[in-house]
Amino acid sequence: MHTTDTTTARDTTTARDTTVTRAPGPAPAGLTQNSAVRGGIGESTLRPDGTLKVTGEFAYASDLWHEDMLWGFTLRSPHAHARITSVDVSEALRTPGVYAVMTHDDLPAATRYGLEFTDTPVLADGVVRYHGEPVALVAADHPETARRAAARIHVDYDPLPLVVDEATALADDAPVLHPDRDDHHAPYVPHPNMVHRQPIKRGDVAAAEALADVVVSGEYEVGMQDQAFLGPESGLAVPAEDGGVDLYIATQWLHADLRQIAPVLGLPEDKVRMTLSGVGGAFGGREDLSMQAHACLLALRTGKPVKIVYNRFESFFGHVHRHPAKLWYEHGATRDGRLVHLKARIVLDGGAYASSSAAVVGNAASLSVGPYAVDNVDVEAVALYTNNPPCGAMRGFGAVQACFAYEAQMDKVAAELGMDPVEFRQLNAMTQGTAMPTGQVVDSPAPVAELLRRVKAMPMPPARQWESAGEGADIRALPGGLSNTTHGEGVVRGVGYAVGIKNVGFSEGFDDYSTARVRLESVGGEPVATVHTAMAEVGQGGVTVHAQIARTELGVTQVTIHPADTRVGSAGSTSASRQTYVTGGAVKNSCEAVRERVLEMGRRKFGSHHPAWATAELRLEGGKVVTDGGEALAGLADVLEDEAIDIELEWRHRPTQALDRQTGQGFGHVQYSFAAHRAVVEVDTELGLVKVIELACAQDVGKALNPLSVIGQIQGGTTQGLGLAVMEEIVVAEDGRVRNPSFTDYLIPTILDTPSIPVDVLELADDNAPYGLRGVGEAPTLSSTPAVVAAVRDATGLALSRVPVRPEHITGT
Amino acid sequence: MDFLRPAGWEEALAAKAEHPTAVPIAGGTDLMVEINFDHRRPEYLMDLNRIVELGEWEVGEDTVRLGPSVPYSRIMEHLRAELPGLALASHTVASPQIRNRGGVGGNLGTASPAGDAHPALLAAGAEVEVESVRGSRRIPIDDFYTGVKRNALAEDELIKWIHIRKADGPQQFSKVGTRNAMVIAVCAFGLALHPATRTVRTGIGSAAPTPVRAREAEEFLTAALDEGGCWENGRAVPPAVARQFAELAAGACNPIDDVRGSAKYRRHAVTVMARRTLGWTWDEFRGVRRDDNGSARCA
Amino acid sequence: MRVNLTVNGRPQQADDVWEGESLLYVLRERLGLPGSKNACEQGECGSCTVRLDGVPVCSCLVAAGQAEGRDVVTVEGLAVHAEQRAAGACGTGTCGTGLDEARRWQALPPPAEGAPAAQPGQPVALAPIQQAFIDAGAVQCGFCTPGLLVAADELLERNADPSDADIREALSGNLCRCTGYEKILDAVRLAAARAQAATAGQGA
Repeated sequence: MHTTDTTTARDTTTARDTTVTRAPGPAPAGLTQNSAVRGGIGESTLRPDGTLKVTGEFAYASDLWHEDMLWGFTLRSPHAHARITSVDVSEALRTPGVYAVMTHDDLPAATRYGLEFTDTPVLADGVVRYHGEPVALVAADHPETARRAAARIHVDYDPLPLVVDEATALADDAPVLHPDRDDHHAPYVPHPNMVHRQPIKRGDVAAAEALADVVVSGEYEVGMQDQAFLGPESGLAVPAEDGGVDLYIATQWLHADLRQIAPVLGLPEDKVRMTLSGVGGAFGGREDLSMQAHACLLALRTGKPVKIVYNRFESFFGHVHRHPAKLWYEHGATRDGRLVHLKARIVLDGGAYASSSAAVVGNAASLSVGPYAVDNVDVEAVALYTNNPPCGAMRGFGAVQACFAYEAQMDKVAAELGMDPVEFRQLNAMTQGTAMPTGQVVDSPAPVAELLRRVKAMPMPPARQWESAGEGADIRALPGGLSNTTHGEGVVRGVGYAVGIKNVGFSEGFDDYSTARVRLESVGGEPVATVHTAMAEVGQGGVTVHAQIARTELGVTQVTIHPADTRVGSAGSTSASRQTYVTGGAVKNSCEAVRERVLEMGRRKFGSHHPAWATAELRLEGGKVVTDGGEALAGLADVLEDEAIDIELEWRHRPTQALDRQTGQGFGHVQYSFAAHRAVVEVDTELGLVKVIELACAQDVGKALNPLSVIGQIQGGTTQGLGLAVMEEIVVAEDGRVRNPSFTDYLIPTILDTPSIPVDVLELADDNAPYGLRGVGEAPTLSSTPAVVAAVRDATGLALSRVPVRPEHITGT
Repeated sequence: MDFLRPAGWEEALAAKAEHPTAVPIAGGTDLMVEINFDHRRPEYLMDLNRIVELGEWEVGEDTVRLGPSVPYSRIMEHLRAELPGLALASHTVASPQIRNRGGVGGNLGTASPAGDAHPALLAAGAEVEVESVRGSRRIPIDDFYTGVKRNALAEDELIKWIHIRKADGPQQFSKVGTRNAMVIAVCAFGLALHPATRTVRTGIGSAAPTPVRAREAEEFLTAALDEGGCWENGRAVPPAVARQFAELAAGACNPIDDVRGSAKYRRHAVTVMARRTLGWTWDEFRGVRRDDNGSARCA
Repeated sequence: MRVNLTVNGRPQQADDVWEGESLLYVLRERLGLPGSKNACEQGECGSCTVRLDGVPVCSCLVAAGQAEGRDVVTVEGLAVHAEQRAAGACGTGTCGTGLDEARRWQALPPPAEGAPAAQPGQPVALAPIQQAFIDAGAVQCGFCTPGLLVAADELLERNADPSDADIREALSGNLCRCTGYEKILDAVRLAAARAQAATAGQGA
């Protein structure tokens, strides 16, 4: 075996970057990719940051270090809802080694921030609304000093009545958690504890219901899932001589952070300079601020660099989670298997602060039907303010919860009709041209039936693999694994299918754009492109793809990926499966502009030497300007000489529209993506333990810009869906306190829980998207969960309406 | 916090006598979590890793003298024949990295009901030899666990050896968790057949405030096997006997509802594990392969 | 307190260590070796895996004082460790650099006047398992990667031809949130296959 692509990393650390140096490794930046082959789109080129990541030199946010640096620590509320009656920081301040203690009273400017609603206190302002809410900050010379000092901050709390669910949130006499709401949804909600409500109405449900031969309803519940990215929230804030601050940070969206941080610091945005540090995964959990403003506040207060690193315990309180949901669904179908109507109500628990709850509502509502053609729809999705942990973005974003419910319903309706569940789905599958319940006609391929066909056609994994060794049982292949709970007793196999639909990009009229700066110059006689964006590389491989796009568009081999920072325009968030589409699109667009400039320069310099300059279609290839016939006209280095082309442009996808507040009608989403799964599980039916044997996936990706990365995204997303199906849940006690904020009790799949994940990738181009690509990251997270649960239902015969499925549910205990 | 590094056993005992609040640290797999998460700030940490003999074991005529710091990975590898139950339990401990560091002494010192070694020690039969500057004593394992995360050690005592009866028959260990690896026990069950004395012993983890034996179940099964002449005729255990044994085992539990599992589930799971481990050990005793049905039953 | 230990073959000394500090903290914050990662600090994720006297352990659960006089190999030393093993110098992970060699050790060659710290295009020597992780696409965010590399390298050291079940068991203490583990399995298989091909090529 050999690889055809060689990759090396280069250190092009600039003088400014050397203010943060981390002996002995260079910063995770300034990556130049050399490729022995062309290395353009469609190839599985290797990560430019791979070498740094395998040698331990890649500098994640928690790895940063600065001379004279202090450690920040956050004191958090032990109560879910309480009035703060007094705060005494004097003993903490007297602790040797402590440089600053800050509470709400010490904030210099704006005291609240938020992604969509400015409702989140920087530090609690007399009331705490969830367990773990930040109350005070300490900066000290050692993390232990900071912790000890924080323990000496005396806070008196007067507990307040709790809002924990729909009944307590929407009661007439419910405590109103945000009495001074001024957000754009506030005027339209029926209760101030409702963040947002989105109905979707289409067709005539009453008439359709009368025609339905079978009507099947069900109630479903989705637990609170955590992103559980491995790199904890962290960053380093360095005060600057100009009164500003430099923040080195792991985030998903630099400019959104900046927009929220600057007012809190009372600084203009140009005095808050942000540079992306190494990011240890994100999955939505870094879309909101965590310690960003806190570190900057402490740095400006003390005049010293301040580093904050959450530990795993604190990380569970430091970011939002996936909305837990309660869903009621009712489908009607004719005897021949046609879905005629859907009624649904989806209640999402947004927790104490809004975060992106409103957008999650929009997704849950508009994608509530799933990838099916249903003409008559009456759906309502709402998100609530409660005293539970704040919830917001996580991979799948509202579509995950809906998919669990509608896919359970599909199996139920099929069973009621006596139909094969896959055939039933295929019969009702949407296609290109189908109208969504929002009225939006899907105008690119929607191969839902084909994806199902493909996963169903994959060969089945052999039965009783634990016996294949010949002697005894290999417990590693059985439910319970190494815990030695069964040698085959009680083990039953089940198979389940599911398919899902996810929107790509920001929706509902959001101005979703990205910015790319591309520079082309000749270095030592060789053309080199530099791509500079503010895209947060969180592991997804955007940096790999950007280099591929630049090679394809500019015909160069060497591409340097500039560190992501706020010195270039916004790239938008690394979320919503959007970065390859939107920032990839921006890079392509800027490269095209650079190419035009090169050709202009070429015509000017060499146009008189060859008629093709004026007449032929020209492209850049192999470091040269060539005709469409392949004739080389000039080397790029000769065209450029010592001139550099440097272009920064914004690029947007076609606009979307807000959904109508009453009917939910509108062109809400720019693109849809589809994935289907087949799960094969083995269940120890006596102990209720599950072993997933295989999770086959088929997904349409439009165009795989980097097939290796695409498959990695699909397998990773699939595994997070598996986790939600059988183990992952943040458990909140009746008193609103989180009971399992640790990796001991919040379980994510290990390699022994994760099966073989064969992937079948379809490439049906979306003509509206760059290269025809389709966002990849989230769709596989949707259908994985219901497929696994369907397989467990198949093995056990149980209804199983809640995820994660626990042994108690299977054993009736 | 002070860090004590006794170079030998006598020095450790002296240090513990002088600083009774000193917390011994060997594998660190419990204690360091508490320190990292700011749940505990001992006045003194006493590193036992320097005391070489605590990481050694000796196989004697009837017992294995196990050093408290012998890592689980070595028990799995080297003591599978002598201590099969403990070796199986060791294999279920956390992860390979943890098994390379943690030892039985830590499980005993912490005395968490969820410690994986306890059911195996209870089922095999063991004594914990503890010592202080005042002298040494042996605590039968049945008397060792005195409450939730409490044990019979005096504040100046350290665990020197664990004397575990060598297996005279098949042993099994089974543990339920909601993940297929690296999981803390929701509950666990250990079973040891002792053909030499024609007795059966059990151990249950995570289903009561302390690790416990299911004595009534043991007595019932011991009597039933005896009555049926099963030890001699080697016939299968009648299903009704196995069922009764399993139910009595569950009856020994006094579990709680917590984030890892419900009390009801724990009782149920102990029933299932008791029945299965009995089947596995008894088949092994009879020399029957697992998939033979063994139509003859002792009656 | 002061802690003396050998890390990646080089004698190291850390001063003013707080007694409650972990080996992980000392490596990351005092010795400039942040390769070992701080993902959970409770022994549940394996991101901080190092070899302690040759044995893979979670460095977050080793008290700094317990590392006194011990030999530690981290991801930063993995390439050299693998090279020495291949040369037959070390098969256990316990044999680091000799004392004389250690005295001559330098962190990095001093950069030439005016040159950047690292020479562009300079090939970086990688351990076979490191190269395999890159080639197989086993790295996404990379936060779990250092711990996985140390654990996988140790697996291949004692089992040159592991079955899939062996790989899964050996890596069951290392959580990854990005990849779904498939490419990690591929990487370990790839490293094993390459080593076997190389051995076969030598006629050994």
